[in-house]
Amino acid sequence: MMPDLGKYADAVLSSYAVSLVLLALIVWLSLRRSKRIKKELEDIESKVKSHG
Amino acid sequence: MIALLTRDIRLAMRAGGGFGLGLSFFLIVVVLVPFGVGPQSALLSKIAPGILWLGALLACLLSLDRIFALDWEDGSLDLLATSPLPMEGIVSVKALAHWLTTGLPLVLVAPVLGVLLNLPEAGFLWLTLSLALGTPALSVIGTFGAALTVGLKRGGLLLSLLVLPLYVPTLIFGAEMARRGAEGFDITTPLLLLAGITCGTIALLPFASAAVLRVNLR
Amino acid sequence: MSLNSLWEYANPKKFIQTTDRVLPWVAWSAALTLLVGLVWGFFFTPDDYRQGSTVKIIYLHVPAALMAINAWLMMLVTSLVWIVRRHHVSALAARAAAPVGMIMTVIALLTGAIWGQPMWGTWWAWDPRLTSFLILFLFYLGYIALWEAIENDDTAADLTSILCLVGSVFALLSRYAVNFWNQGLHQGASLSLDKEENVADVFWYPLLVAMAGFVLLFIALVLMRTRTEIRARRMRALLARERMGA
Repeated sequence: MMPDLGKYADAVLSSYAVSLVLLALIVWLSLRRSKRIKKELEDIESKVKSHG
Repeated sequence: MIALLTRDIRLAMRAGGGFGLGLSFFLIVVVLVPFGVGPQSALLSKIAPGILWLGALLACLLSLDRIFALDWEDGSLDLLATSPLPMEGIVSVKALAHWLTTGLPLVLVAPVLGVLLNLPEAGFLWLTLSLALGTPALSVIGTFGAALTVGLKRGGLLLSLLVLPLYVPTLIFGAEMARRGAEGFDITTPLLLLAGITCGTIALLPFASAAVLRVNLR
Repeated sequence: MSLNSLWEYANPKKFIQTTDRVLPWVAWSAALTLLVGLVWGFFFTPDDYRQGSTVKIIYLHVPAALMAINAWLMMLVTSLVWIVRRHHVSALAARAAAPVGMIMTVIALLTGAIWGQPMWGTWWAWDPRLTSFLILFLFYLGYIALWEAIENDDTAADLTSILCLVGSVFALLSRYAVNFWNQGLHQGASLSLDKEENVADVFWYPLLVAMAGFVLLFIALVLMRTRTEIRARRMRALLARERMGA
């Protein structure tokens, strides 16, 4: 299945690896912050409501 | 406005005002370069225009945070803002004062330091001229950066990060003009482009700096 | 969609509702398109007769470069909208887009370096295009740093949008300056970077899909990050009010 990359295999594979890692990193960071902020906001909102 | 200008210049000249620091920095950079790249005079004379431009630019950068910092700390910036002077005028005067106390001395000592770097004879006039033409743009752009970071603690490093990319076109055209002059090529194109950048920034950037300063004084 | 209805989404609550509804679709279609484009490009395209298999890097390099510039353009537009109409969502969207744009710039630079090594025999050349991207990266750094440095939300939004406007002008100036500068150094360009020219159809179609994937991914990330920023802003406001009341 793996295509024959010839003598440039290193270059092609490493650029795919680097790019995918970076894309995964920004997606993961965004998701993590999204979840964290959402939860914190919900906590605070419920606290504010209970205060009246 | 003239009163403001003379006051700023007097403050800068006074001990502790930072006048002379920029010059000393410029001198040290130029002295350190041969230690870094070796003493071959052919190499030095080739890179001299670029080094002198870079040194002047960094020396200029060093003194930027003083443009507004002192006035911000003692509250006189708020007073200035409520005075009848338009904010754009205040910002322009500040930039002019910065140029007179930092840029102009740098321009004047650059040829002297050029001797240290074995600058070709043809280059002295064009180097001085290119610095004279380019440093006002550096001061005006720097004033914008200083206005952006005026309220921040430890804004100095951020200021450099913001201002240095903005310096790129000025540096390119200025150093190119000095280099072409030193190598005896035609300098018309970089000269016109450098003059264009300087005029453009002087005409337009004070509006941005004033807007930024108003936001920061809110 | 008329302009009037577009402004409705400037309402933070409405924006969050809409994003909640739309985001899963955008995200999954982004993932799908990206997968199709990259798999197609990686496994099912022939090698270029000159560049060999390195031509496969194009499916990452060009879309990333495209989004690096488009992200800045988007920040410019949203900054203008903030300055003119003062919609908070707009300023926050610019803030949300900046790190994504910076990552795209980094990807474009890195893949370019990896590609350049076997093709030109060097990781880095001070070619106008490469240099402009490096400068763009510096602009992203400064912009993000300014957002992080200022505590007050509205002040930060104002200052960063003015920086974005001024920065755009200077970025454009630098682009031309760099062109001029390199010409001045080496008479005539020694490296041609015009990959877009004469790209054969076999490479072009998967490239289009990959570009669409990057666009969708960018939209999904910006929607999600803007939603996060809106919530973070609301949270800071609530906390401030709590402190005032207590």
